[in-house]
Amino acid sequence: MFLLKLLARNAFRHRLRTLLTILGITVAILAFGLLQTVVSAWYAGVNASSATRLITRNAVSLVFSLPIAYQERIRRIEGVSSVSYANWFGGVYITEKNFFPSFAIEPQSYLALYPEFVIEPEQKRAFISDRKGCVIGQKLANRFGWKIGDSIPLKGTIFPGNWEFVVRGIYTGAEKSTDESQFFFHWAYLNETLKKTIPRRADQAGIYLIGLKNPQSAAEVSLAVDTVFKNSLAETLTETEKAFQLSFVSMTEAIVVAIRIVSFVVIIIIMVVVANTMAMTARERIGEYAIFKAMGFRWYHVAGMIFGESLFISVTGGIVGILLTFPVARKFGDVMDQFFPIFQVESSTLYMDLSFCLIVGLVAGMFPAWRAVNIKVADGLRRVG
Amino acid sequence: MRDSNEKESIVSINAVSKSYQRGNQPVPVLEEITFDIARGEFLALMGPSGSGKSTLLNLIAGIDSADSGSIIIDGVDIASLGEAELAGWRAAHVGFIFQFYNLIPVLTAYENVELPLLLTSLSRRERHEHVETALAVVALSDRKEHYPSQLSGGQQQRVAIARAIVTDPTILVADEPTGDLDRVSAGDILALMSRLNEDFGKTIIMVTHDPRAAEKAHVIRHLEKGVLSDVSA
Ligand SMILES: Nc1ncnc2c1ncn2[C@@H]1O[C@H](COP(=O)(O)OP(=O)(O)OP(=O)(O)O)[C@@H](O)[C@H]1O
Ligand SMILES: [Mg+2]
Repeated sequence: MFLLKLLARNAFRHRLRTLLTILGITVAILAFGLLQTVVSAWYAGVNASSATRLITRNAVSLVFSLPIAYQERIRRIEGVSSVSYANWFGGVYITEKNFFPSFAIEPQSYLALYPEFVIEPEQKRAFISDRKGCVIGQKLANRFGWKIGDSIPLKGTIFPGNWEFVVRGIYTGAEKSTDESQFFFHWAYLNETLKKTIPRRADQAGIYLIGLKNPQSAAEVSLAVDTVFKNSLAETLTETEKAFQLSFVSMTEAIVVAIRIVSFVVIIIIMVVVANTMAMTARERIGEYAIFKAMGFRWYHVAGMIFGESLFISVTGGIVGILLTFPVARKFGDVMDQFFPIFQVESSTLYMDLSFCLIVGLVAGMFPAWRAVNIKVADGLRRVG
Repeated sequence: MRDSNEKESIVSINAVSKSYQRGNQPVPVLEEITFDIARGEFLALMGPSGSGKSTLLNLIAGIDSADSGSIIIDGVDIASLGEAELAGWRAAHVGFIFQFYNLIPVLTAYENVELPLLLTSLSRRERHEHVETALAVVALSDRKEHYPSQLSGGQQQRVAIARAIVTDPTILVADEPTGDLDRVSAGDILALMSRLNEDFGKTIIMVTHDPRAAEKAHVIRHLEKGVLSDVSA
């Protein structure tokens, strides 16, 4: 009790210095939390993806597509329960800045494979029966204020021309991690148009999506699919959806690593700052610690005062930082919505925040405590006079 | 009864030597010091600056250790105590008074006086009684909620004296207790120390440069370059 009172009062002896130090820790913890959240947002697609769905693509590159005839052959493979297919459309709404992912899909089989996209049955029916219909995520709808029945013009980048779609459904995510910013329309609509304009690009699927009868058989089925198409004109590469997503992210791995490093550097910097503050503080009070020791207080009392004070400062700053992380992350997530459809502070980040402020407090107190504990009383007292 | 007490020695210093290392050279500070201090004595240690007065006082108070010789206080050879035992011994037997008062600035007068009692097993209520008594002795009962910065030098020194006596220690050690005070305040402090010695029977060992302070003492010892020269009563 007394010790607590003493160290709280000690902490605010240099009010400005302490408040600035606390502010520094708050900012560092906040920065760390945001950077960590950016990293997990980066991997959000991977985390949301399933390890029980397979994706088959052209073995050469994702740029090349696969003949639509593969669908039937894949369906016949042992262990496959359903097959769907999709094309990355890459449509632009008015300007490039309005980016969102758009896909041409086979509606029935695709939606059956992705139960995490939740659509009202009525809307689903309307979408399936309208060739020019599209289904969009709730977030996307909010972003542009789109409603059911609105018609949306997209400029094709990969598939040239001006395309017109009618919103028939708006899906929500079944999970927090489900991306609600996507745009889906009929593959058949794309294909019909291509037949007229660029016939050699018709009847092609960008990727095949495979549902498994038994989730454990992912490896065998992948191998079986790729074996079937071995030595054919378009060889395939099949992997789980998770692995597929991960291969995207790994292209930008270097950036993620850089962000991670920066987030840890921020913590190290603040550790040095707090250590410096504590060293200054303890140097000023070395005479006082000597008095305590002269009166019979032990080394652990003195160390307790110093560690208590540095932990008090670092934990206070840390808690304020953690509390600020949520509203700031929300604001940040709103602004960066296009880039990070999922922007959520993870609990692991909070645990790291907490451990970091404890570590910062302990490390900062270490050197001054060591000095205060080891100084001889008589020498410490001389510093006063 | 008082006579027999006065003859009994409470501090017994025997052939104590101490030197500091300066570079590779040992610099002797105290050489073969031997003397006794009787229970209830008021001793003044005088001598020129650098003669080793503070060093000797620190040895007696158990916050520094001698190179050789023995210091026996109330039957205990303090050189034989380990660090933890020595700390406990100091808490129970020594009251410190310093030139610069050395109060803890973030604690009130009351809390400063209470500080040494936190190491005892006294209850909060018992501590309260002891603190009130000690503050009454130094006539500062009305200033107990004041912080050191709100007190004059003389008042701060009186709080420090209350802190030194609150555990009822065997000896009081004072290193130039009036060195930082004006004449009037110094007079008050000396009067207070005399009273502690006479009315409460405290054994006091005081280092001082001030002849007026020394006058209050029963015994004056002079240190000269680490050697005791003479005794005057
Ligand atoms: N830690 C130390 N290291 C080296 N020399 C020291 C140390 N402490 C004290 N000395 C030396 O020991 C000698 C005696 O010091 P001490 O403080 O006991 O003198 P003093 O009589 O109290 O002087 P003053 O009247 O100025 O307080 C001095 O020469 C001092 O420089
Ligand atoms: Mg001295």
